[in-house]
Amino acid sequence: MSAQHQELHEPSVVVRFAGDSGDGVQLMGTQFVSATALAGSDFATFPDYPAEIRAPAGTTFGVSAYQINLGAGPITTAGDKPQMLVAFNPAALKVSLPLIADGAAIIVNTTSFTKRGLSKAGYDEDPRSDGSLDGYQLIEVDITRLTLETVKPFGLSKSDAGRCKNFWALGLVQWMFGLSLAAIEQWINTKFARKELVREANLAALRAGNAYGETAALAAAVPQLDVHKARFEPGEYRGVRGGEALALGLAAAGELADRPIVFCSYPITPASPLLHQLARLGKLGVGVFQAEDEIAAVCAAIGASFGGAIGVTSSSGPGIALKTEAIGLAINTELPLLIIDSQRGGPSTGLPTKTEQSDLYQAVYGRNADAPLPVVAARSPSDCFDVAIEAARIALRHMTPVFVLTDGYLANAAEPWLIPDMSVYEPIEVNKLASKPADDVQTAVFERDPKTFGRPWVSPGTPELMHRIGGLEKDIQTGHISYEADNHQAMSQLRADKVLSVANFIPDQDVAVGPAEGAVAVVGWGSTYGALYQAVRRVARLNDRVSHIHIRHINPFPRNLGDLLGRFERIVVPEMNMGQLSTLLRDKLGVQVVPFNKVTGQPFLIQEVVDFVLAQLADVTGEESRPRIVPGEPG
Amino acid sequence: MSAQLTARDYTTSQEVRWCPGCGDYAILKTMTRFLADVGAEREKTVFISGIGCSSRFPYYVETYGFHTIHGRAPAVATGLKLANPELDIWVVTGDGDGLSIGANHLLHALRRNISLKILLFNNEIYGLTKGQYSPTSRIGTKSPSSPGGSFDAPVSPGLYALGSGARFIARAIDVDRNGLAGVLDAAHRYEGGAFVEIFQNCIVYNEDVFDSFAGREHAAERQVHVRHGEPLVFGAGNSKGLRFDTATMALEVIDANERADEVLVHDETNATLAQLLLAMEAPAMPVALGVVYRVEDETFESAFYDNHPTRFKRTGTVADALRNTNTWTVT
Repeated sequence: MSAQHQELHEPSVVVRFAGDSGDGVQLMGTQFVSATALAGSDFATFPDYPAEIRAPAGTTFGVSAYQINLGAGPITTAGDKPQMLVAFNPAALKVSLPLIADGAAIIVNTTSFTKRGLSKAGYDEDPRSDGSLDGYQLIEVDITRLTLETVKPFGLSKSDAGRCKNFWALGLVQWMFGLSLAAIEQWINTKFARKELVREANLAALRAGNAYGETAALAAAVPQLDVHKARFEPGEYRGVRGGEALALGLAAAGELADRPIVFCSYPITPASPLLHQLARLGKLGVGVFQAEDEIAAVCAAIGASFGGAIGVTSSSGPGIALKTEAIGLAINTELPLLIIDSQRGGPSTGLPTKTEQSDLYQAVYGRNADAPLPVVAARSPSDCFDVAIEAARIALRHMTPVFVLTDGYLANAAEPWLIPDMSVYEPIEVNKLASKPADDVQTAVFERDPKTFGRPWVSPGTPELMHRIGGLEKDIQTGHISYEADNHQAMSQLRADKVLSVANFIPDQDVAVGPAEGAVAVVGWGSTYGALYQAVRRVARLNDRVSHIHIRHINPFPRNLGDLLGRFERIVVPEMNMGQLSTLLRDKLGVQVVPFNKVTGQPFLIQEVVDFVLAQLADVTGEESRPRIVPGEPG
Repeated sequence: MSAQLTARDYTTSQEVRWCPGCGDYAILKTMTRFLADVGAEREKTVFISGIGCSSRFPYYVETYGFHTIHGRAPAVATGLKLANPELDIWVVTGDGDGLSIGANHLLHALRRNISLKILLFNNEIYGLTKGQYSPTSRIGTKSPSSPGGSFDAPVSPGLYALGSGARFIARAIDVDRNGLAGVLDAAHRYEGGAFVEIFQNCIVYNEDVFDSFAGREHAAERQVHVRHGEPLVFGAGNSKGLRFDTATMALEVIDANERADEVLVHDETNATLAQLLLAMEAPAMPVALGVVYRVEDETFESAFYDNHPTRFKRTGTVADALRNTNTWTVT
C-alpha cells in the first residue's frame, strides 16, 4: 500500500463504539468480541449504556457505548483510553472525545453530521472543521447513506434499512483488524433464520462495509491494525460476562450440592441480568421466582432454604437495604442463603447504571444488632463463577447467609474464559442429622458441628423430625425459645464464632503481583482487580518493592492477611467508594492505610492508579521512580 | 398411615404464652383437633407466621413451623411451597401483621392463588405491642396511640381479599368450634390459596369488640351462616332472609317466611354476591360466616412447575451449559 498506510504494532488496542441507544452498538460490540476471540486475542469489554431505555435520538445523554480492549494480554480491563473510536453521531463523538487517546483514529458517520444533528449534540460549530479534532486521525465515512444504498434492493422500510448500519460499520472494522467475517455471518444466519430479507440485508451491509475498507483508493485513509494473539494456556475457551458466569456458578453450586436453586428476585438495575440469565437455566435445576418486592424476594428465598433448596436472592444496594431484616432472620434460624449484591452508585437511587463498590459496609455491618455473616467478592467476570460456588459452599457448611458482592461493571463486562472442568470441583456437602434423635428433635436440629458451627439442615417433609424455627432467640443447647440473659450472650458469641470459623476453611491470602513484603502493598477487592493488577505490574517495572493483594474473602479475612500486610511499609487501598475497605482493614486488623477513592461511576483507569502508587512509593522510599509508561500496553 | 393420632399428638411441649382467656386458645384447640380428625401428616404440615400474638401459633403445633418476621409469612411460605409443593402450608397472621405491614404480600399471595391456607386472626387491635389501634380498628377506637379515639378508616379483611383476587374466602368466630372447624376443613380441602378471617377476641385490649354479632345473645339474629346452594336465612327459626334490592343495588333483610321466594340462594362462585355479603356489618346487618366465596382456578405452584422447562428437575449438566455458546480451542 501507499506510504500513508499505517500499521500499528502494539500488544493491545482499545476500541470504542458509540452511538444512539437504538444504533445497535452493544450488538456490534459483542459480535466484534466474538470475532477477536476466535482470532486468538485476549480481550476485556465494558458496555457503557444510558439509564434511559430509548433516550431521544442524537442527544448526549442517550449515547450508548461499548469498549473493547484486545490483544496479546494479559488483558484485565477494558482499557484506559481508546485508540480507535467509531462515532455514529455528533453526540457520540462529543461524549467520547474526552475519553480517547491523543492521536486516536476516529471514524465518524458523516450522514448524521447535519446541522440538526450537531445542534442536538450541543455543538455550535462542526467539530470536524473547527480544529477540535486536530491531533486525531479523522476518518469520515458516510455510513448511513452507504448502508441504505447497499440494502436498497431488499425493499426494507427506511427504519429497518437504517438499522443495518451497525453491521456495515462492523464489516469495516473487521477489515481494519484483518478479521474474518465468517463467525458474524453465521450469527446473522441463525439470528434472522426466519426473516429472509432482514438476514440478507444485514449480510449485504456487513460485506459492503468490509469491501469499502478493501477498496484500494479508500484503504489509504483507513488504518489497518494488527491484532496480536495472546498466549493462552491450552484448552477450550469461551467468552463470558460476569452476569452469565454468576448464573452458571449458582447452577454449578446446585449441581455440586445436588439441591435445587430457588432464585427469588425483584427487578432492579444492574442486578436484573442475573435474573434473566437464571430464567434460562431451568434444565440445571434452577427455579426463578419474580417476587412482588425485595422483601418478598429474600423471604421467599429463605422459605425455599427451609424447604431444602438453596435459596438465592439478588439485588442492588437499595434493594439489599430492604432485605436487611430478613437476612437477620436467616442468621438467627441458621439457614443457608445467598445474597447477591450487584453494587451501583448511591445513596438512594443514585446512579443506577454506573458502577461503585459502596455496599461493603452494608454487607459487613449493615444489619440491626450483632448479625455477622460471611462476605465474598468477585474480581472479574469469570471469577463470578467460582465465587458463587464458594459462597454456596460456605452457606451450606456453616448454615449461614452469605453475601456475594459484585457490581454493575462486572455484571456486564466480558472476557475470554478457559471453560472450567467440573470434575475438579469437590461436591458441596450438606449437613445431615446422623440418626433419628433419641429424645428432643428440637435439640438435635440445633446441635452444631464444633468446627463449623453449622447445624443439620432438616426440611419439612422429613418424617419424625418436626421442629420449629423462628426469629426469637433460642436456647444454645435445646433450640427452644429462650430469653435468658446469659444464653443471649452465649448465642451472640456463637454467631460471631461461626463466621470467624469460616477463616479456617478458606485459602490464605495470596499476592497477585510482586513479593510478599516490600514498601507498598496495593490492596483491593472486587472489580478493581484488573486495573490494580495492570497498574502494579507497570509500577513494578520501575520499582519492585510494590505488590498487589486482592481480597476475595472480605469477612472473615483470611487468617494470614494481618501478618502479610504487616510486611509492607505502606498499605494503599484504591476503592470505588469513600474508603470502606480501608475502614474494615483498620477495624479488623488495626492497620494504618492510605485510601485512594474514586466515586465517579466509572472504573479506575490504570494510569491514575499508577500515578497514585508511584507517588506513595516515592514518599515511602524517598526516591522518585520516573514513569516510563509505553502507550498501548495491555490494560 | 399409622395409628390414628389425637389432638395431643399435634400439640408441642411448649408452654402456651397467650393471656388467659385469649381467643387464640380456642383457635389452637380447634385446629389441633381438626388436624387429628383429618389425620393430617405431621411431617408434611407446616405452620408459618409473622409477628404478633397470633404468630406464636407455630410453636404450639407439633408439625414443622416457622415464626418469621413481621408481615412476611406469605412470602416465606411462597418460597417453601415452590421448593416443596407437597407440603400443606398454613399461614397464621393477624390484622396488623397481615393487613398493615404485610398487606402487600397478602395481596400478591392471594392474586397468585398459591396454595397457602391463610388464617387471619382479626382482633382489631395490636396486642403484642400493648394495645395500639390497628388497620381494622373502627374509627374512634381509644388506645395508647389514639387517646382521643382513632380516626383511621378501617380496612375490611374480606373485601381486601376479594379485591386482591382471592379464590377462596371464609369467615369464622374463634370460639365457634363447629363453624371454625368447618371452615378449616373447607380451606384444607380446597386446591388453591384460601383466605380465612377469624374474629378473635383480645381479652386484654379489645374485649368483646365483636360482641354485637359474636356474643351468644346476638348469635341467632346477627350471624348468617352461608352454605352454597342454600337460602341466605338467619334469625330464630330462620325467620329472616337476605334479598337483593335492585333499586339500591344492596342487600336487605326481609321476612323469610312471608317472602320466601325472594330470599337469595347462596352462590359461592358469585363474586358480586360475595362482595355484598362481606360488606355486611352488625348491628345493621347480620355478619356472613362460613365459605363466602370459592371458585376453582389454576394454582400458582402448578403453573410454576408447568411453565418450568423441566418441571424443576435437573436434567442437564453445567459442563454442557458452559459450552452452550461459541467456543474455541487453544492448542
